[in-house]
Amino acid sequence: MIALLQHMLIVPILAPLLVGAMQLFLGERRGARIVCSLASVLVQAAAALTLLYMTTDAMPDIWTEGVGVYTIGSWPAPFGIVLVVDRLSALMLLLTSLVALASLVYSLAYWDRVAPAFHSLFQFLLMGLNGAFLTGDLFNLFVFFEVLLASSYGLLLHGSGVGRVKASLHYVTVNLLASFLFLIGVAMIYGMTGTLNMADLAGRIMLLAPHDRALFESGAAILGVAFLIKAGAWPLNFWLPTTYVAASSPIGAVFSLLTKVGVYAVLRVGTVLAAGNAETSFIDLGLFYGGAATVAYAVVGMLASRQLGRIISYCVVTSTGLLFMALGLRIDALTGPVILYLVSSVLATSAFFMVNGLAQRTRTHRIREAADVAPLPDITYAGFDITPQDPLSPKDEVGIAIPAAMAFLGLAFICCALLVAGLPPLSGFIAKFALLSTAVGHSADAGIGWHAWGLCAALITTGVATMIALTRGGLRLFWTSQGRTTPRLRIIEAGPAAFLILLSMALTAGIAPVMTYLNSAARSLHSPDVYIRVVNGTREGAP
Amino acid sequence: MELVLALAIGVLTACGVWLILRPRTFQVIMGLVLLSYGVNLFIFAMGRLVTDRPPILDARPLEAAQYADPVPQALVLTAIVISFATTALFLVLLMAARGLTGTDHVDGKEPDS
Repeated sequence: MIALLQHMLIVPILAPLLVGAMQLFLGERRGARIVCSLASVLVQAAAALTLLYMTTDAMPDIWTEGVGVYTIGSWPAPFGIVLVVDRLSALMLLLTSLVALASLVYSLAYWDRVAPAFHSLFQFLLMGLNGAFLTGDLFNLFVFFEVLLASSYGLLLHGSGVGRVKASLHYVTVNLLASFLFLIGVAMIYGMTGTLNMADLAGRIMLLAPHDRALFESGAAILGVAFLIKAGAWPLNFWLPTTYVAASSPIGAVFSLLTKVGVYAVLRVGTVLAAGNAETSFIDLGLFYGGAATVAYAVVGMLASRQLGRIISYCVVTSTGLLFMALGLRIDALTGPVILYLVSSVLATSAFFMVNGLAQRTRTHRIREAADVAPLPDITYAGFDITPQDPLSPKDEVGIAIPAAMAFLGLAFICCALLVAGLPPLSGFIAKFALLSTAVGHSADAGIGWHAWGLCAALITTGVATMIALTRGGLRLFWTSQGRTTPRLRIIEAGPAAFLILLSMALTAGIAPVMTYLNSAARSLHSPDVYIRVVNGTREGAP
Repeated sequence: MELVLALAIGVLTACGVWLILRPRTFQVIMGLVLLSYGVNLFIFAMGRLVTDRPPILDARPLEAAQYADPVPQALVLTAIVISFATTALFLVLLMAARGLTGTDHVDGKEPDS
């Protein structure tokens, strides 16, 4: 049993890889595809829950101190590739699988029928996400980033059409450039230190000769820029709103997680670098100013947008900016609330993208028109060896509708708006309040001064701006009734959005144990010597 | 040798950067390709420039100085494969954009129209 549990670490990568590859051979058997996809996502959720449980030190005979290592092929740490799970990565895995479950179920109503490779691409995207959260090695971080980006290119194009192709052109170019920067940074770090393993790296920074040090730091800085592009920090994020609006609604829901991978990478690599020497870490006041600029850009953009999808995209940018501002203050006690805000904002924006997709249905009865899908060229069908067919039969168009669709839409919209704006009583408020009170409480002791007040001002301003923008969006959507119809919503579309909203309500209700866990996650991030010791310990423990 | 390689990387990267700032999709893709060449050579150079030393163990004495660093060579292979695949995808996208919008401008419309 214990031997099996130790292999649990590789499950979140293997399950989507195998299922995704297998689905390519299933031809036109949509039912089998759906079963495989759902099973894979459920397995990932189960694995993430197990890992989460194990990192609470509940099983001290397997892992101690909340850090688990998996050496692939039993090669010890600096030579082989290691997967490392700590409390933060376990939490991100769980978040990924929950958002993935919701958006997968949502897509079954219509979107997965639009193009043949949807389920495979979706699984590969999950593989990239899970891998990026688990890897303990910089180059593998690059590889998993590429896996998730490559599938995200395909998923963004899902549904085709002029808007999606135009947005993808920009998205792919920007992300390819970011990947080049990533590679340059990784290569420079390897060139100076001779290692790519993050734990090993931390020990070697101190040993660098002074003239190598400048090169190493430029390498780390270039790497940091690559992470900031992925996270959507100003001025590297002009591609983001257009892209997220163009994506189909279940994909937009998953994409709201993608920017947070950049935040995760900054947090993970930054804290490990800080273990080597505080000066080389990229978590410092520069990040605060970058975050502040991001917030300012997002607030202006949000107030200027008319389309609901654009407003939500700017909400994603806002949350990234606030996270960077809070991290840039370098108050260790803030990291716990930062993670809470990250989780809460991902849940909220994901649900919001789904609600937005459903709300577009008020323009027209037909799902296909609302979804704005263009037909695929015949060569695609020939390539996948299937026959083109109308993705929706009349039966599917009606489906099992939920009663009081308009009431549901309005209620879901209000909940999402409260969540992203950070108004009581939902988890968005608790997260923002935790950030505020920690920043103010800490600055009273240590005199951090106007930076902490800057964060408070940003938190409140974004709340007000989000509320104004969303109120206008909501008014236009629900109260100007010309040409609007009451949409038919199916349970498998409305359910996932409700599921995510309920999750954030559950987060509010059970905030005490969650906060304990998050604070211990933050503590282990800020004392990376445990992480380093456990990973380097694989060298002695190897057979 | 160092100077030649440094110049090669510099010229490739400079051309690449200039090209991706151009307005036509074909120029952008050529820029991306040149940039990826520059980056791949750069990764390779990070294993230090040596000649006539094998990256894997052979009959020579077991001394690190006798061998070239194999890791950057492995990294560069991975990077080549990934950039090749994404470039191929970009090519498809480029043609789709040309077909759907009727122009090869990166914004999907001519600036003056």
